[in-house]
Amino acid sequence: MNKTIKLKIDGKVIPAEEGQTIVQAAHANGIYIPTLCNFEGVKPKGCCRMCTIKINNRYMTACTTPAADGMEIENNTLEINDIRKSIIELLFVSGNHFCPSCEKSGNCELQALAYRYEMMVPRFPYTFPQKGVDAKSPKIIKDQNRCISCKRCIKTIEDEQGRKYFAFKDRGYTLEVVLDEEMAKTMTDEIAQLAMDNCPVGSILKKEIGYKEPIGTRKYDKKPIGSEFEV
Amino acid sequence: MSKKITIEPVTRVEGHGKVTIMLDDFGNVRDSRLHIVEFRGFERFVQGRPYWEAPVLVQRLCGICPVSHHLAAAKALDVIVGAGTGHGLTAVGEKMRRLMHYGQFFQSHVLHFFHLSSPDFLFGIDGDPALRNIIGVAMNNRDLAVQGVMMRKYGQEIIRLTAGKKIHGTGAIPGGINKNLSIAERDELLSGPDPMNADKMVEWSVTALDFFKGYHKNNQSMVDNFAAYPSNHLSIVREDGAFDIYNGVLRAVDNEGNIILHDVDCQDYNKYIEEEVKSWSYMKFPYLKELGPEKGWYRVGPLGRLNVCDFIPTPLAQKEFEEFKAYTNGKPNGMSLHYHWARLIEVLHCAEMIRDLLKDPDLQNEDLVVKGEKRYKGVGVIEAPRGTLFHHYEINNDDQITLANLIVSTTNNNEPMNKAVNLTAKSFMNGQPEITEPMMNAVEVAIRAYDPCLSCATHALGKMPLEMTLVNANNEIIDKKNK
Repeated sequence: MNKTIKLKIDGKVIPAEEGQTIVQAAHANGIYIPTLCNFEGVKPKGCCRMCTIKINNRYMTACTTPAADGMEIENNTLEINDIRKSIIELLFVSGNHFCPSCEKSGNCELQALAYRYEMMVPRFPYTFPQKGVDAKSPKIIKDQNRCISCKRCIKTIEDEQGRKYFAFKDRGYTLEVVLDEEMAKTMTDEIAQLAMDNCPVGSILKKEIGYKEPIGTRKYDKKPIGSEFEV
Repeated sequence: MSKKITIEPVTRVEGHGKVTIMLDDFGNVRDSRLHIVEFRGFERFVQGRPYWEAPVLVQRLCGICPVSHHLAAAKALDVIVGAGTGHGLTAVGEKMRRLMHYGQFFQSHVLHFFHLSSPDFLFGIDGDPALRNIIGVAMNNRDLAVQGVMMRKYGQEIIRLTAGKKIHGTGAIPGGINKNLSIAERDELLSGPDPMNADKMVEWSVTALDFFKGYHKNNQSMVDNFAAYPSNHLSIVREDGAFDIYNGVLRAVDNEGNIILHDVDCQDYNKYIEEEVKSWSYMKFPYLKELGPEKGWYRVGPLGRLNVCDFIPTPLAQKEFEEFKAYTNGKPNGMSLHYHWARLIEVLHCAEMIRDLLKDPDLQNEDLVVKGEKRYKGVGVIEAPRGTLFHHYEINNDDQITLANLIVSTTNNNEPMNKAVNLTAKSFMNGQPEITEPMMNAVEVAIRAYDPCLSCATHALGKMPLEMTLVNANNEIIDKKNK
């Protein structure tokens, strides 16, 4: 068993196992730190910055930073929450996210975070980028309008031989997550469903079965995101 | 000197529109137009989207009767997923959708009658504009206002329990529905605490009908002659000719009651209906192809439906229908204000259908969706509260929508509303030395009878800035009045 250490989050002392990330330690102790790109079972990259925290006056990502004995962390503060809110707003304005007709609505982590951090109107101007919809795969639709480039599909969706279905294409502002056309032809229903479930937004949709879950039974209809961790 | 009068916006209707009335040198109405001044573009931006998004996306056209668009799109997509063109759904699928539809018909009609139109009946067309709104109704006739609010609430609750939420739900999906009605939900609607139960809604529907009939009795000449004119009428009817707002065949009758469109399959609607475009309105002008634009226009909505069907399959509404038909000796009724009468008979029918449907155990079945061989074109036609609603979609091999054509209920009533405006303007304004507020409201009363949803999205309630501009032949403003 790993050595037990102690750290402080917003003044509260919590125990953690050495080797745990701050996110893991916080969640194990009933404290919510929001994440988007972080996904259980996959090595964290800290690319979305939703889990931004402050340690010794420095901004760090809680999903990649190991918990250390005596650490003092600022998490649920006005400043940190506003940073997180601004990240959510940036994600909204840099894509085309129309929640009213999106079938992921109610199950979407980005939407749920926007509700949790009380985003009303983004402080940034909408960019309305020209994005396409790739519907050529027999099993899924990849809607680039909603993609937040979190890489969760790239890291988690692979075939039995470990080959990836998704990959980055281009760089910078034109970067997109694309589906391998050849592999898409042999994608199973199970893989398609997994890809849709692992996508935090409505960018990957399994074909022909939209809106199957009635309103009221969707993941975030009753409780806000993060409440599953909070005591 | 010739003049042009503009009424903008038209109030107490759904959406934004304006009216222009042209007067000649002698102060007589030369011409009039109802302009629809908003452009929506849904048919274009739905292209490229996955087809199963259409029922949820396109319903955003409207906040009053989105269920109509939701169901019409779902019906069109039933065809595309191979679930048939009418009765292909499971029992629970069709009955849940019907319940949703009756609920929204109920709330939409109630909203129109109590909130938008009852002020005209209660205070008169020339009543004080400060009172002539739902707040005025609430202050002067509390019971009537409460009844209107609670009836609408009941309809909204039905939508919530069938579609997931009161406005813009997701209940209907291609090939069926995504939820059934639990026993607890059924009991909430069937036998909720007074007044929120099915029996009370039937009782109150009768009361509302009696209120209008009382008004009619006391103002018979005005009600009968206000914007009355002969026309064709179009609606869907059940295969046996019964009144049906969810499913059926297309039928049209002329002003004598002769059938001019013989119960044709809705999938073939574009063989029989054409749309004309005019430069001064974003709303098209549909007509029956065989008769052409001059003679082929028709009325839809409550009056159209009651003129087209043979009978109503619920006892209380059928009794009222017989009285309604007897009033015109069985001939089609062309009196614009009788739309209200017909609308309230429909409210009663919906209340009866809701009460009876709620007792049907099929609503608790679990087989929600059916699927068959995929097709690439589907048409869904439904009777929305304001009239016949057409949704037509085509898709490609990748499941993306390539074509969408919508003929929205109010579009069908475009020519009739223009006729009603013209007749009312002539009747109230011809040769008058001054254009007064009651004259302008009379024009609005004529439009309001059709319960138009002008943009199918934006709403105007009560007093809004009504601007009337007098313009001479050189387009110079010579007078301006604000309401």
